[in-house]
Amino acid sequence: MRVRDFMLIYLPIAEVSVNAFLLLGLGGAVGVLSGMFGVGGGFLMTPLLFFIGIPPAVAVATEANQIVASSFSGVLAHLRRKTVDLRMGTVLLIGGLIGAALGVVVFNYLKSLGQVDLLVKLCYVVFLGIIGSMMFIESLRAIRNTRSGIAPKRKKHNWIHGLPFKMRFRTSGLYISVIPPVIVGVCVGILAAIMGVGGGFIMVPAMIYLLGMPTKVVVGTSLFQIIFVTGFTTMLHATTNYTVDVALAVLLLVGGVIGAQIGTRIGTKMKAEQLRILLAMMVIAVCVKLGLDLLIMPSELYSLGESGGH
Amino acid sequence: MIRMLSFIAASLLAFTQIAAASEEVVLGLSKDEIAITATFDGSSILVFGAVKRETPIPEGPPLEVVVAVSGPSEPVVVRRKSRKLGIWVNTASVTVDSAPSFYAVGTSGPFNEVMNDSADLEHRVSIERAIRSIGASILNSGTPEFVDAVIRIREDEGLYKIVENSVVVDQQTLFRTSIDMPANLTEGKYPTRIFLTRGGQVVSAYETVIDVRKVGLERWLYNLSRENPMMYGIMSLAIAIAAGWGASAAFRLLRQG
Repeated sequence: MRVRDFMLIYLPIAEVSVNAFLLLGLGGAVGVLSGMFGVGGGFLMTPLLFFIGIPPAVAVATEANQIVASSFSGVLAHLRRKTVDLRMGTVLLIGGLIGAALGVVVFNYLKSLGQVDLLVKLCYVVFLGIIGSMMFIESLRAIRNTRSGIAPKRKKHNWIHGLPFKMRFRTSGLYISVIPPVIVGVCVGILAAIMGVGGGFIMVPAMIYLLGMPTKVVVGTSLFQIIFVTGFTTMLHATTNYTVDVALAVLLLVGGVIGAQIGTRIGTKMKAEQLRILLAMMVIAVCVKLGLDLLIMPSELYSLGESGGH
Repeated sequence: MIRMLSFIAASLLAFTQIAAASEEVVLGLSKDEIAITATFDGSSILVFGAVKRETPIPEGPPLEVVVAVSGPSEPVVVRRKSRKLGIWVNTASVTVDSAPSFYAVGTSGPFNEVMNDSADLEHRVSIERAIRSIGASILNSGTPEFVDAVIRIREDEGLYKIVENSVVVDQQTLFRTSIDMPANLTEGKYPTRIFLTRGGQVVSAYETVIDVRKVGLERWLYNLSRENPMMYGIMSLAIAIAAGWGASAAFRLLRQG
């Protein structure tokens, strides 16, 4: 056996051979980032999988599977600390399941048209572009205002309090309509199904600024919702698309868990603003690379796909 | 050793066969099954055999050998991108009824010398002819560029190839070649043809089938994902959760210990 092929592993569902160390390394690198910045990392991992040649449909479905696993120990920790608003989590989850089902329907429809790669990549360009530039601008502002100490305030009263179907969320200390959390859940569910992300980067700000939830229950509650929505998404992709590659998920996961532990330690030694500007630049770089791939004329205009039958 | 044994077996078989042509091929395959395992990186298949003849080696041009291995044929959707609103989008698609997932030809010399055009036309050995003959009926007719694309893309991926001078012919009697198979090959029956030629003319042809199957864990996972996707999905979640939990627990222990 040739030396350079020594650790090549054949992924049974993706049907490609990839170096196992590359996957462990990718998992580890994204894990370090997620540990440093406290983000899920799905929105970085999925495009990186595109770049190493994993078919987008497989990357999205497998990433959903990986997120379930990587969020699992986090949820347990939050449940022990009682920092999960189970009631709010359930309402978000109902929306999430509806959204995930919608997302998979759209995903499969576009797959039959041969447009699913485009859909996934366009979603990434748009979301990474928006999030990257917002983070970049905000971290620049934060660095400038470090001494003045302007902290975002959570709104107690806004238009949301005029909506019907009010419910009491004791853990969060809220009495609000269920409509906004359901809508937030639906949006996150759609993103989970189409992009293979947990959606924490959308849900956490929405929970703080839109729903007015206290910060200490936000992370646990969002993880609680994410674990079930991505689990549901995994099942939908596995049963309709057959695109969940468990070997790929496990390799990324093992690298990811180790990376996250290292990342958490690095994160405590660096300044928050510097970290965020770094992450923002990385997000923008991935966005630009994906965008250029869509804009520049491809060297091969034709592509092959399986016919609809299977 | 195994090769030697096979060869002896093949030779014995040769004596029992009734010769139709003056020269014909007796074939041995290193494997009639190709295995894809966890470390599968594209296996190669060794094709070897002997030429059986009742008469002395004929005068004139030497004996040449052409080996063609074809994968199972399947319909392929070919999509073409064009620029819409500044980005490149799939806009046209054509279904090619049938195209082999793999096609490799090994020859004992330059293809044009080993097999002349009329022989190629008759037996459809070169990539162009082999693919076109199978994929000739296209749903939307009048789109040869889509068939060209199938050939071009699969040639780039190493799925369709002609490897000249890869067949070694010894004493005009023994021949062997090894054909590299890609890692992403399709399971199924691989029809394999062997042609003996002299001066570009086919003097004998032999056909057999190689059964290619994924084996081991990969095959099991793949089959489960197709045949019992619900079970596979639940299993994927359980394995991933266990792996994630296990890895973080192990890390915690490491830090404490």
